[in-house]
Amino acid sequence: MNDTVSWLGLAVSLLLVVVAAGISWWQRLGLQRQIIIAAARALAQLLLVGAALTLVISPGRSIWWSWLWVAAMIGYASSVVRRRAPEVPHLLTLALASFGAAAVVTLGVLFGLHVFPLTGRTLVPIAGMMVGNSMTATVLAGRRLTDELRDKRDEVEARLALGQASRQAATPYVRAALRAALTPQIETTKATGLVFLPGAMTGLILAGVAPLQAVLVQAVVMFLVLGATATTTVVIALGLVRRLFTPDHRLMYLPTPVDH
Amino acid sequence: MSELPAVAFEFEVVVILRAGRRVLDQITALIPAAGITVVSGRSGAGKTTLLRLCNRLEVPDEGTVSYRGQPLDELDPLVLRRRVGMVFQRPTPFPGSVADNLAVAHPEATTQELSTALTRVAMDPGLLGQDARTLSGGELQRMCLARTLVTQPETLLLDEPTSALDAQPKQIFERTARDLADQGITIIWVTHDDAQASRVADRTYQLRDGHLTRAAEGTRP
Repeated sequence: MNDTVSWLGLAVSLLLVVVAAGISWWQRLGLQRQIIIAAARALAQLLLVGAALTLVISPGRSIWWSWLWVAAMIGYASSVVRRRAPEVPHLLTLALASFGAAAVVTLGVLFGLHVFPLTGRTLVPIAGMMVGNSMTATVLAGRRLTDELRDKRDEVEARLALGQASRQAATPYVRAALRAALTPQIETTKATGLVFLPGAMTGLILAGVAPLQAVLVQAVVMFLVLGATATTTVVIALGLVRRLFTPDHRLMYLPTPVDH
Repeated sequence: MSELPAVAFEFEVVVILRAGRRVLDQITALIPAAGITVVSGRSGAGKTTLLRLCNRLEVPDEGTVSYRGQPLDELDPLVLRRRVGMVFQRPTPFPGSVADNLAVAHPEATTQELSTALTRVAMDPGLLGQDARTLSGGELQRMCLARTLVTQPETLLLDEPTSALDAQPKQIFERTARDLADQGITIIWVTHDDAQASRVADRTYQLRDGHLTRAAEGTRP
């Protein structure tokens, strides 16, 4: 486990950021500033998180600190989801519910069935993978369903006018949204190992863990992400249907994004 | 027809507000159950809104709408919408064949029932297997009417159903609607086309500046 990165090593790796900024300058992309800010911000955030994690998961610390960390992550991720899709109504509470549900499902399986021992050292990173990797799909599902119901309002109302309940009238659009949100994750899962080596595994191998062990952990993480993504998207979609229709089965007015 | 209540819809001081404007302003009216009632008025006069109140795709901001003596908010909207069918201005085919479309209204319907629905709108039952999106505009709109008929409605709300159709398909649609009215189905037909109103109406209401007034009786020859 001597393959650790020194501070000097970190400084040297910044050369790669210089390469990116250089390409932007050479090709007149005007992105130099953004590249440098992004790199600096990422570094600062990672260092902060590293320091906080050291405190939270240090041996002897109560696991409740780790749970608190997980709750904060869910809260923060939900607000990010909300900001990324402001046109989707009620998204903050729905995102909280969906990440909460995904946490119950995934952490329940992985820790309840003893795939990993429940410690701060396992809980925080696992929950982080779960939340971080299902965020994009959650945004996509919410946005796509809202778009579908708004753009195909005529069709939805024709279904309602035939006496279909709102849940039933929304079914084709819920399916389309879930397919669109889940397909990229399924494609990624299929390509894992062939096309790219995922981050967790790369990190473990670099840190000196035996490749087979790294692969097992990575496989569990992939399944975790798949399960989490399916859970968050279905909760968002079904929750949105409840919020976008009235109890007497009318579709609410949905403003187009330009109205914002 | 004698066992039908004489009144289909009753509007009592109905108000609809849109961005502070009164689209419908204290409308009080009785819509008879018999024959075809036409509601005419310019685009944007609120005709569609008035129609959507009848199957509760919208609810009034003030006042009540009753159907056959019962306030709509006391009726199960899903049951109401099967009793009061609607054909929209733009045909709204669902993905799949004509049969798939009709089956949305009644998944357990037999082929015979679906064929009957097509026959009632002057369409060949041989079209059941055809992709709905390949139908002509006139056929598509009549398929939407047939789809509504599969729920066996007592009343039909027609929202400018022929506005995008040429003269001949328009004429076929009008004849079909008249046949349905003669079979005892209450029809409320919204149009901005005065010539059409005079061809099909048993009575006409005019919607103007948010007010509904009785215009004429029995203009039809």
